[in-house]
Amino acid sequence: MTTEIAIEVSHISKIYGSGNTEVKAMSDISLTISKGEVVGLLGPSGAGKSTLLTAIGLINPPTSGQIIIGTVLVMDGPLEMVDIREFRRKHIGYVFQKANLIPFLTALENVQIALEINDVHHKEARKRAIELFEYLGIEERKDSLPHQLSGGQQQRVAVARALANKPGLILADEPTAALDSFRGRQVMELFQKVAHEQGAGVLVVTHDHRSLDVFDRTFEMEDGTLN
Amino acid sequence: MNLAIRDIRHSIPRFLLTAVGIGMLLMIVMGMSGIYRGLIEDALLLVDKIGADLWIVQHDTRGPFAEISRIPLKMEDRILAVPGIKSSRAFVSHTIQEERNDKPLRIVVQGLSWPQDKGEWIPMTNGRCLASAHFEMIADKSLGFRLGEKIYLGKNVYTVVGLTRNMVGQGGDGIAFFTVRDAIAIQFDNSGEAVRLERDARRSRAIQQDIGNSRPELLDRSSLPNIPALAGPMISAVIVQTEQGADIEKVAKTISGWKDVSVHTAENQRNLLLDGSVDKARRQIGLFRALLVVISAIIMSLILYTLTLDKIHDIAMLKLIGARNSVILGLIIQQAIILGGLGYILAFYFGRWIFPHFPRRVIITTNDLIGLAVIVLAISVLSSLLGIWKAMSVQPNEVLS
Ligand SMILES: Nc1ncnc2c1ncn2[C@@H]1O[C@H](COP(=O)(O)OP(=O)(O)O)[C@@H](O)[C@H]1O
Ligand SMILES: [Mg+2]
Repeated sequence: MTTEIAIEVSHISKIYGSGNTEVKAMSDISLTISKGEVVGLLGPSGAGKSTLLTAIGLINPPTSGQIIIGTVLVMDGPLEMVDIREFRRKHIGYVFQKANLIPFLTALENVQIALEINDVHHKEARKRAIELFEYLGIEERKDSLPHQLSGGQQQRVAVARALANKPGLILADEPTAALDSFRGRQVMELFQKVAHEQGAGVLVVTHDHRSLDVFDRTFEMEDGTLN
Repeated sequence: MNLAIRDIRHSIPRFLLTAVGIGMLLMIVMGMSGIYRGLIEDALLLVDKIGADLWIVQHDTRGPFAEISRIPLKMEDRILAVPGIKSSRAFVSHTIQEERNDKPLRIVVQGLSWPQDKGEWIPMTNGRCLASAHFEMIADKSLGFRLGEKIYLGKNVYTVVGLTRNMVGQGGDGIAFFTVRDAIAIQFDNSGEAVRLERDARRSRAIQQDIGNSRPELLDRSSLPNIPALAGPMISAVIVQTEQGADIEKVAKTISGWKDVSVHTAENQRNLLLDGSVDKARRQIGLFRALLVVISAIIMSLILYTLTLDKIHDIAMLKLIGARNSVILGLIIQQAIILGGLGYILAFYFGRWIFPHFPRRVIITTNDLIGLAVIVLAISVLSSLLGIWKAMSVQPNEVLS
């Protein structure tokens, strides 16, 4: 079985600021994530994990190096080679430490909007969002507003939103940091389930060494380099 | 899914309060143009209602509204003799100020050329036209008189026989209609003492002349009441209707050949009013209105900017998950238009409720309403630019900070 590549990162570096305030957050990193695998990214605070994740997520352009999604060269250094907003919409799902749900939309609508901005018709979007809620076991909270949900529930809505457009790549930056260990474990297992059942590549940044077993591979990052 | 409406639904009290504020502001803008329309309508009311073809006034004056005009009452008959003229009526109009219930009451005293003109043309709400040559009046409701009420003016008592609504002079004071004779009597309310003094003065002038000494019977005549002590009454203008099919231009030309009068057409008279006394008020109100529009635009900009700032995190998140700019633009502009539209509707109803309580008429025309709607739409779109600029410049990774 040939595994399909979700994303390929080649020799990317990131320098923040310039002159005296220059910070080299990441240097010469190459990495490939296949569809269906869950990759863990570990490392101390300030190691450059978020920088790498956001660079891959096309929301923080690298200073140099290339990012290839599927077979398309998306970023060449800081240059956008395609409409990256469209790429984000179609190919990448995001989960952060905070759920970042839109406060004036219900849980279900937060997922629906991700579908609708990707040109899925309103009714179809609602149907798919409900399916996702059932899949993630939160269907009874679908009409609640974000502030009426617990942290774990909010984070699951955020996961649902990340999955909505069936992306090939899911990026998660410390998704369990704000959850207790039980809820955190649930979310981690969710990523594993999604990767294995839906064939998405998943990259998870975490501090939590108790859930290492969910990862198919792990990387350790330190001072901007992978090992 | 409509994000604009969902956001509004999430904070209805705040949104409504904002709309009420904008509504009140727009109500003032609306009121300014209404006051302006009222001013023009009031100024032109008499000229338009009286339906004259020509106005004959004192030579070289722009009377009787723009400046004082004095011509003798006899002019009425002289003009009637001109070919092509159907009717000529004396026009007497002046404002008096009375004390009523310890408050000043200003009345525009308007003369009707009895008996040709009994006031049939006046739109009345109650009562009847004048039916007697003396001591009857038709009054505007704004003066506060009741039908049948007896009013002291000058030396006489007048009975209110008819009531009108919205018949006011240029200054917004209510009009009362009398016969010309009565109107003149009210204006030239000479005291008996003044008449007696003038007769004495005439006698002493005669004594100082040769003719007074050589013909002493003249001295006796000067004190008799059959020669009026004071000059005969003057009127402001004569208003003329021409015969059907008569050439108004030609009639006007004939009369303006006379050395003691000038002639204005009705159109001319309207323009004199608008360019003269009303013009400054129009510019004043126009400028004030323009300022208010600018202020409304600035306030709306600030409100929409704040609304956008409140959502800036959500906007960054929408960008992060790949929403097109049109989604974000739509959110801001739709809210701007909903806010402006709601404000406009509230302004309309606030105005309907408040404007009738103003001391002078506030006239809201359909054209002004349409004009203001266009302005509000323009303000809404323009004032969302600041918010849009802010929303467009936010980076998706600001979600993480
Ligand atoms: N926007 C930024 N501007 C300047 N320096 C930054 C910025 N973001 C991160 N850094 C620096 O880059 C380094 C890596 O940060 P980050 O990628 O957030 O690490 P981690 O996620 O592993 O904690 C840190 O030294 C941090 O201070
Ligand atoms: Mg980090």
